[in-house]
Amino acid sequence: MRRRLPPPIVALAAIGAVFISLPAIALAARAPWGRFAEILSGPGAREALRLSLEVSLAATVCAVVLGVPLAWVLARGEFRGRTVLRALAISPIVLPPVVAGVGLLMALGRRGVVGGWLYDALGVQLTFSTAGAIAAATFVSMPLVVLAAEAGFRGLDPRFEHAAAVLGARPGYAFRRVVLPMVRPQLVAGAVLAWARALGEFGATITFAGNLQGRTQTVPLAVFQLLQTDQEGAIALSLVLVVLSIAVLVALRGQITGAS
Amino acid sequence: MALDADVIVARGDRTIEVALQVGDGETVALLGRNGAGKSTALEAIAGVAPLASGHVTLGGRRIDGLPAEQRHIGVAFQDAMLFPKLSVLENVAFPLRARGAKRAAARERASGRLDELAPGVSREALPPTLSGGERQRVALARALVADPELLLLDEPFASVDAAAKPALRALLRGTLASFSGPKVLVTHDPIEATTLADRLVLLEDGRVTQRGTPQEVRDRPATRYAAELVGTNLFTGTLEPQGSDAGILHTDGGGELTVVWPDPLPRRSIGDVRATLSPSEIAVHVERPEGSARNVFRGAIEEVAVTGGRARIRLRTTPTLVAELTTGSVERLALGPGTEVWASCKAVEIRLMVPGEEPDTL
Repeated sequence: MRRRLPPPIVALAAIGAVFISLPAIALAARAPWGRFAEILSGPGAREALRLSLEVSLAATVCAVVLGVPLAWVLARGEFRGRTVLRALAISPIVLPPVVAGVGLLMALGRRGVVGGWLYDALGVQLTFSTAGAIAAATFVSMPLVVLAAEAGFRGLDPRFEHAAAVLGARPGYAFRRVVLPMVRPQLVAGAVLAWARALGEFGATITFAGNLQGRTQTVPLAVFQLLQTDQEGAIALSLVLVVLSIAVLVALRGQITGAS
Repeated sequence: MALDADVIVARGDRTIEVALQVGDGETVALLGRNGAGKSTALEAIAGVAPLASGHVTLGGRRIDGLPAEQRHIGVAFQDAMLFPKLSVLENVAFPLRARGAKRAAARERASGRLDELAPGVSREALPPTLSGGERQRVALARALVADPELLLLDEPFASVDAAAKPALRALLRGTLASFSGPKVLVTHDPIEATTLADRLVLLEDGRVTQRGTPQEVRDRPATRYAAELVGTNLFTGTLEPQGSDAGILHTDGGGELTVVWPDPLPRRSIGDVRATLSPSEIAVHVERPEGSARNVFRGAIEEVAVTGGRARIRLRTTPTLVAELTTGSVERLALGPGTEVWASCKAVEIRLMVPGEEPDTL
């Protein structure tokens, strides 16, 4: 039997639903449908789309390669400062992106703590480069991988790892052959969320890597710039991001929240 | 290749302390209630629970300093612990692959073990699709595939349904017999323990309370738990129908017991039947008893053991019996070693376990 929900709750939920979906609806309402193809095939938009794709995919790979082992250490390691390390690892989720950008600048900028050495010794400069945009996107998206993967590892019966060890598997082999396949759904969810987050990244990128067309100007940065010169172009590019984000979340269904 | 283990493991606010010596080819059952610390002791021997102190020596070599993967122990885990994302064949090939065997060679050897131990199980199936009995068979194949020096079995019947148990027990008996190293069986089921093991080690609340052969523990249970669980008369044999409602159990030792026919089973001869009879259900008489009891035996008292207010009397009847009496009765009847007595019990008191029909535990 379906239970009837109390009307005040339904009313508030309706207001919440409208508020949250209104921007997407408004974008669609004001979209320059006639110029859509023209805008998206223009050189600035095309380059921004290509760059966004490259940067977000590269950042996802970096976030998974670094974030999954970090999640493993947080889930299974027993050491002092684990709680602090976990807080640090997921802090970019709540940090203002511009603050992340300033932090990255101080760390990896031309005169940064590590960046100065990178430039002097290896001639590598991250600021104003695509690599810098990837670094910024990795920084903000890795926590999503860490969160999802750690939840996956914690949900895993440690006796499977014990069994693998007793059966002769070194920890690396057990991890690859037994643990990873079992947490695959969580890793996929984490990676997809990280990708979506990297795709939408703006603040840290513009602060750390700058807004250079063809090098660091991803779609969100292009939207920001277009808003001052070609509002219809900004709306069209924005809609592309909205559609992509919603498509990703629908595809993941309840994987993130646990709803089926 | 004997096992000599003295494991002391800290578990929360208590410690588990178990010393085990198991010779080549010998099977020792670690018997105790759930939570007694049996599995923890096994984990310590296998190397996945850290030792607080003690040692584990296998074939004269200390192995407690080695990580689990270098100990070369075969373990069939409780709930089988098959890797759910690997196929049956990949699971069994795992110990070989983990030690660097080539894929084709590992699969061939794994396949051979599966032919032997789990012939009806699909090689490509994923473990969650198997029955409990099938999972346990595959786990056994996986435990044995790399020819370990020591075999540990943790509650091999725990997640196996009753109908599949007799076949698995027969398989396990054969496997244990053909494995030449030391074997440790962890179980909470005294019948599994007494029928599969040469010696028992009883564990209560993290401590060993008794060790000995099943016979010794049955005759002189050291604790109430031992008396309740192991100190019972156990018979195995073939059941023949008799009369309209009864049967005769021809025990393997040549005795005969009249039992109530286990309805609704068809009335025909049934092999591999096990029966238990509580010692307190056996009456001891000085004169031949008159009455309704359909089982009457004659024999001399071999031994009288007194624990608490109760005496356990071992009778040289066929089959041999252990009866439990109050010490008052023993004095009144002037019972002692050598006294010729009669023993009786009702057919209804003999509990039968027929293959495929048995309850989970006693």
